[in-house]
Amino acid sequence: MAGTQDRSILAFDEVTVRFDDRAVLDRVSFELHRGESLVLLGEAGSGKTVLLKSALGLIKADGGRIYLFGEDVTKATEQQWYDLRARMGVLFQEGGLFDSLSIEDNVAYPLLNQETLRCPEEEMARRVEQSLEFVELGHTLEKFPSELSGGMRRRVGIARAIVTEPELLLYDSPTAGLDPITAATIMALIIKGRDVRRATTVIVTHRYQDGEMLTRYRHDASLGHVVPAAANGSGPRTHYVVLREGRIVFDGSQAEMETAADEYVANFVRRPG
Amino acid sequence: MLDLIKGPILTFQEFVLLAGRATRGIFRKPYYWPDVFTQMDLIGIGSLPVVLLTGFFSGAVMALQMSRALQTYGATSQIGQIVAITLVREMGPVLTALMVAGRNSSGMASELGSMKVTEQIDAMRALGTDPVMKLVKPRLIATATMLPLLTILADFVGIFGGWIVACPLLGLTSDAQYWNNSWRSLEYNDITQGLLKPFVFAIVLSLVGCFYGMKTTGGTQGVGLATTQAVVVASVWVVVLTFLIGRIFVSM
Repeated sequence: MAGTQDRSILAFDEVTVRFDDRAVLDRVSFELHRGESLVLLGEAGSGKTVLLKSALGLIKADGGRIYLFGEDVTKATEQQWYDLRARMGVLFQEGGLFDSLSIEDNVAYPLLNQETLRCPEEEMARRVEQSLEFVELGHTLEKFPSELSGGMRRRVGIARAIVTEPELLLYDSPTAGLDPITAATIMALIIKGRDVRRATTVIVTHRYQDGEMLTRYRHDASLGHVVPAAANGSGPRTHYVVLREGRIVFDGSQAEMETAADEYVANFVRRPG
Repeated sequence: MLDLIKGPILTFQEFVLLAGRATRGIFRKPYYWPDVFTQMDLIGIGSLPVVLLTGFFSGAVMALQMSRALQTYGATSQIGQIVAITLVREMGPVLTALMVAGRNSSGMASELGSMKVTEQIDAMRALGTDPVMKLVKPRLIATATMLPLLTILADFVGIFGGWIVACPLLGLTSDAQYWNNSWRSLEYNDITQGLLKPFVFAIVLSLVGCFYGMKTTGGTQGVGLATTQAVVVASVWVVVLTFLIGRIFVSM
């Protein structure tokens, strides 16, 4: 693994995280290269969010090594993590919007608080506006999170994640609790973010359809919406990782996933009815 | 047996670590002054009515209850002295701290607890802000500044309440004697004790409130639990600390 970390954006090598005496991540290893997308599937409590928070340095690993942007960050200090996080964008499961701040201030927050990203006020206002336009919420600048619907809050979360133009984007259950139409809109925005900004993307979800959409669709800049990707698979590479009780039980492509013999993995692919 | 004490010891260790980080943070940048002033307003101005009422009635009740005992010994002229010393040394700091614990430690625990369960604290860290510097430090500075000031006001209003009962209401002593006795009975030792206590209480109240808020888990139910724990633990610490500080000053 050591030889390939130079090219990888994010890599876990035998990472273990324990809560009390229980291993919530058990010797997890995977690798993600620049421009790739990773779909992380698993049932509730399988360790998906813990994995994402470990990648952000919000939860410390008890064992193994984490590599970010080609560097070993397992022992990074909190200050070093702040610099690393400036290169990452994240959408939390609950949105993580600050309810005491307006939408404009929420989106501007990383630009104001991350030392390496500070920019002049006009530049900041322009980037905030651009980010909100990207998620089609340019008219909500003065509003507060409590005034928006769940789907809109999720879109503001995406705007905040991309405002810094990060190299790595992490989405924690972006479609959880949303109706199918809003969920499709959110996925279309994630695809747009991936294709327009060429960001490496990690998406944590329990819905196979999210991964499917990420693999089978691409954003068409001329049309301004997502279209089915070419069948020859020339789009960005998407691979799937399935977690079960903190362990990786599957790591492969969509085609491999759809033919997986493991009952637990197959359950994600199986369609109701 | 070991498992039984492991939990509280671990919690105390976490509390000490948070206290250490917050205290170290006071001498380090960044300073979020708007947050400090907002908290000062919430704690100082917001608690003023309840603190003044408590102070006033504690002084008045004290004068009322002591009047019978003092009449027995024919020492009603000493009422000002008793009210002033008891209030400045003990009742003022403790009652003010308990009011602020009920009002602000709970508020801090519920506010930070809600932020924790809605992942706002994780978001803060992910977006480049240290939650201890942004959330804990301003509350610590604001409480440590406002609680001694609130205590001074509570002490004064309490002595005034004692005067209302002792002089206009019961006619136990003359106005001049009451105020003269109150003033002259207070020594530097009393004033120091009366100001040191709220300062120490403030550190404990704010840190306990923030600590329970920051370690909240389990959704809205967890927020409720954190709030209750913060008030109970902060109040117990106030009564324990007042004894310990009092013990030091009594032997001085």
